[in-house]
Amino acid sequence: MLGAFLETLIGGLLTGVLYSLVALGFVLIFKASGVFNFAQGAMVLFAALTIARLSGEIDGKEVHLANFVVAAAILGVAVAFIGWYAWREYVARGAGPDERRKMQMLAVVGALVGGLAAYSYGKGAWPLWLAIAATAAIMGLLAYAIERLVLRHLVNQEGIILFMATLGIANFLDGFGQTLWGSDIYKINLGLPKDPLFLFEGVFPGGLLVDPGELVAAAIAAGLVVVLAIFFQKTRVGRALRAVADDHAAAQSVGIPLNTIWLIVWTVSGLVALAAGLIWGAKLGVQFSISLIALKALPVLILGGFTSVPGAIVGGLIIGAGEKLSEVFLAPILVKQFDLAGGGIENWFAYMLALVFLLFRPQGLFGERIIERV
Amino acid sequence: MAGRVRSFPDVLLSVENISLSFGGVKALTDISFDIAKGEVRAIIGPNGAGKSSMLNCINGFYHPQQGAITYKGVRRSQMKPHEAAEQGIARTFQNIALFRGMSTLDNIMTGRNLRMKTGLFWQALHIGPAQREEIENRKAVERIIDFLEIQHIRKAPVGQLPYGLQKRVELGRALAAEPELLLLDEPMAGMNIEEKQDMCRFILDVNDEFGTTICLIEHDMGVVMDISDRVVVLDYGRKIGDGVPDEVRNNEAVVAAYLGVSH
Repeated sequence: MLGAFLETLIGGLLTGVLYSLVALGFVLIFKASGVFNFAQGAMVLFAALTIARLSGEIDGKEVHLANFVVAAAILGVAVAFIGWYAWREYVARGAGPDERRKMQMLAVVGALVGGLAAYSYGKGAWPLWLAIAATAAIMGLLAYAIERLVLRHLVNQEGIILFMATLGIANFLDGFGQTLWGSDIYKINLGLPKDPLFLFEGVFPGGLLVDPGELVAAAIAAGLVVVLAIFFQKTRVGRALRAVADDHAAAQSVGIPLNTIWLIVWTVSGLVALAAGLIWGAKLGVQFSISLIALKALPVLILGGFTSVPGAIVGGLIIGAGEKLSEVFLAPILVKQFDLAGGGIENWFAYMLALVFLLFRPQGLFGERIIERV
Repeated sequence: MAGRVRSFPDVLLSVENISLSFGGVKALTDISFDIAKGEVRAIIGPNGAGKSSMLNCINGFYHPQQGAITYKGVRRSQMKPHEAAEQGIARTFQNIALFRGMSTLDNIMTGRNLRMKTGLFWQALHIGPAQREEIENRKAVERIIDFLEIQHIRKAPVGQLPYGLQKRVELGRALAAEPELLLLDEPMAGMNIEEKQDMCRFILDVNDEFGTTICLIEHDMGVVMDISDRVVVLDYGRKIGDGVPDEVRNNEAVVAAYLGVSH
């Protein structure tokens, strides 16, 4: 009995880490701009699709050369842009008119790099590492486009307006991803071990069955979470992000440019979406339903608090474990006692828990206390 | 009691014919004055005179429709707030604008934002140059904390501090940038006598020890006349007086604006 319980618990916690990863993307943007980014799920799907198509893991379906050309073009622009931006930020702050020429030059170089990449692989697939790097660059470019085309025009607007804007972004990305990459179900092969592991065989009869792929995924997610937590708490940029969240005017007055901060936040949450898309995609296959994982992140956020990085982690773990445990242990009892037809608890347990939290602790476990001063 | 009589040969900032309006409301009309390097310059005037709008123009929150501001020899019709900060202009706000979720220490550290240059990469790893830089800047922040005598609230979340201390932390954050020009918007509003005296002492010490030029808005006339070198007086968005405290005190237009005149 204990063995079965532990096995379920471990399985649940490992899934929970993945929920945390998606929730993290939300927390990052919420912390720095007070916006609930509905597009986070769409970003996960977009990233997963991009990786899947670029690394070419497609069951018997032909890869369109056009995909590669488009991807290479985007990649080239992204590389050029990142180069230009880094140059502007760290080498020549406010250099002036010849920035444009530098940018043009970099765009050409970037396009050449992208073109070469596309040409050299022809119709074949890119290796996974290159696909991931390219997708990271594309997510960065996407963040820039969102900041430039959407957010910049909505400074000082109500939160609900920004939320609506992210709804629009979500729909656009869902469609754009399909236009670019098609709507079939793709696989991502991370080359993770598939054979189940049996732990503690001496302690429990038969041991505890653990999926090694999930272990690796959880380790990646945990590493990411630690890096992000340190980044937010201890670094200058992290402090600047929190400053922008607290008070726009004060942040500007100490020399923090809002636009740059938003760009950084959206890029980072794009990279988090990339990690989530990679892992979920490897687990479930890349399909439209991945974007619905965002909905699973909602109860995680309510549990952990919208503004807390550790909250996203603990919330994810609780939801993941709670779901699995309730399905395995609570469902049979309910079925027996009330003569119900079946389980399905997994599907609503998280939301029920979130509802309870909303009633008794609306700021979540780690969120900032909500204090109204009158 | 006369103001301090000192002389300041160099102009740090000069405001030239600034006009600012919001829709039909004219906040500032054709204002010109200058701030000399090293002085304490006060802006006074009745409520709604446009004092805060003036400060907001100087640090780039508002962009005046007409006129220009020359700062350190560069004439601009407008600049962005973070550019102003990069150019050495720091400020505090009338209604305290601290980062409420952060501790005193983090608030003041954020003020050193522009003093820290290491790239994202090192920061993300939190080793090497990023760590050295963090330590150096932490030292500077500790000096400011000592200077403002707020050691005991170093780790306290600022949202929970009493008003007077919040004002002091906000001053600390502005000082952390080691500004050349410090804009203070009603630094003593809502304080008791003792807190006001402390704040006056800090302002004068900053001015004396670091040579920081200070431009402040204040309603307490006793304080203004005591600590300022020169005073500019606004009323309904227009300049009605400018000079050393004694001149301003005896200026009829100023007296009329404050006390009203019998017709």
